[in-house]
Amino acid sequence: MTTGDRVAIDVGGLRMRYGRADVLHDVTFQARHGEVPALLGPNGAGKTTTIEILEGFRARSRGRVQVLGTDPARGDERWRARIGVVLQSWRDHGRWRVRELLAHLGSYYARYSAPGIPRPWDADALIEAVGLAPHAGKKIKTLSGGQRRRLDVAIGLVGRPELLFLDEPTAAFDPQARHEFHDLVLRLVRTGGTTVLLTTHDLAEAEKLADRILVLDGGRVIADGTGAELARRIAGPDEVRWVLGGRRHVEKTEDSTAFARDLFARHGAAVRELEVRRASLEQTYLALVRRAEAATEAPR
Amino acid sequence: MSPFAAVLRAGLSRGLIELRQSFTNGPDLVSHFLWPGLMVAAMFFLRDLPYAGGGLLLGTLALPGILGMNAATGLIAMSQQLTADREDGTLLRARATPHGMPAYLIGKVISVSGGLLADLVIFLVPAVLIVRGLSAGPDAWPTLAWVLGLGLVATLPLGAVLGSAFSGARGQGVVQLLFLAVIGISGIFYPITALPGWLQWAAQLFPVYWMGLGTRSALLPDAAAAIEIGGSWRHLETAGVLGAWAVLGLLVAPAVLRRMARRESGSAVEARRERALQRVG
Repeated sequence: MTTGDRVAIDVGGLRMRYGRADVLHDVTFQARHGEVPALLGPNGAGKTTTIEILEGFRARSRGRVQVLGTDPARGDERWRARIGVVLQSWRDHGRWRVRELLAHLGSYYARYSAPGIPRPWDADALIEAVGLAPHAGKKIKTLSGGQRRRLDVAIGLVGRPELLFLDEPTAAFDPQARHEFHDLVLRLVRTGGTTVLLTTHDLAEAEKLADRILVLDGGRVIADGTGAELARRIAGPDEVRWVLGGRRHVEKTEDSTAFARDLFARHGAAVRELEVRRASLEQTYLALVRRAEAATEAPR
Repeated sequence: MSPFAAVLRAGLSRGLIELRQSFTNGPDLVSHFLWPGLMVAAMFFLRDLPYAGGGLLLGTLALPGILGMNAATGLIAMSQQLTADREDGTLLRARATPHGMPAYLIGKVISVSGGLLADLVIFLVPAVLIVRGLSAGPDAWPTLAWVLGLGLVATLPLGAVLGSAFSGARGQGVVQLLFLAVIGISGIFYPITALPGWLQWAAQLFPVYWMGLGTRSALLPDAAAAIEIGGSWRHLETAGVLGAWAVLGLLVAPAVLRRMARRESGSAVEARRERALQRVG
């Protein structure tokens, strides 16, 4: 591999089979250090299965998986110390206090400091960073939903991971809480250079947090690129609407800029109410999933 | 620091934190005092009842046995806490942390056995004021120490195995019911020699009877051995049976716990949560 040790996640031909059903058919992708890819897909697409295999929580049926240069199925404690995990539904340690738990869990990482990566993250500094300072002495079960998620992120980060897994981080959030959470993750991640693998079924979340989107559907990666790339590559033509001489016109075109230039060249100021609608990423995503599902249902 | 020392230290600090928590919140404090309190009340009503005319009082006979039985309830506590920690994701958190699992287990053993010892004292102090006829000489304490110590090593790993094997509220209900049945035939409240022979045999298979016998041997006058099976305190057999359970538990527990831990994942925790919500709703 040309990128060598700069690859944080390397997945090739990953398959997962439960009984007779294949949940993952052939998942292949790579992520470089410092990158923030999102696994986007509808429920049941295989996102959680994929991330659990990468986290080392689940054995795979077949395929190549390397996470930070190690096969997660054989990851030792040193490897574990370089990884942070934030799941969607932690309710653990309800009787512990916020500061107490972070300091305790942090102590497990003290042996794993590396050059330039002092471990763990100081509990008070971390509490400050995730905005829980007013709640540091509270029992965890008394935290609100949003505060609890901040704590979950703090626990995921306490060992200063080189790679952080965020599994559906804002499922069941209201828009305000989601917005705050996104800002928190972006701030922590962008400053630390941490690689983050995110799963979500929320396209807007993927677009906001991730610098690359992998669309997973039916156990396969069906698209891989930045939001703009995906829209350009797969999206249908742009739609141009205008009014000329009292009549409405609608035209689909691959190159809306050239089309508009041509329109003005021919009709000049007579063109009114010009509108250009670019294919949105949302339409792209829906089209992708529809197409993939139609392909699966068609007889093979 | 070697990995082993680090794990030990993390486990110790975990255990002490959990222990402190269980003595600084209302519901836990109630449970710490309720069971010993009920047993003290039982002592109060048994204190003057004579047993069979041998000059011994029923309360005197029962007190040491209750002590042994209470120690054996560590099995239930262990099993329940493991199930609860699995359900709320504590175990998965341990799995996601380097050396988290062994530290979790060490912590659990410390907090459960520490809580248990506290409960024993909570029971013992008022109970000895109510009951007469105990013979707690200087050799009583070493005997008590090894019986309770070995008893804990025999029962806690077993509790961990049952907690991993029977997950969920229903499974735990079954475990508790069986445990109560074993207590019922173990000669705690009434001498086992009053039971039919086959029940005596059954009771002697389990640790509860032997823990009660051992604590009686520590706190009762030697003459009281006459009403035990074989008319003896049978220290050798006690050590043998409890030792066998300890070895079995320590051999089986790591494998069972490892298997359980391997199956923990986010979706497993999520699925259990969904099931729990369905039960409630």
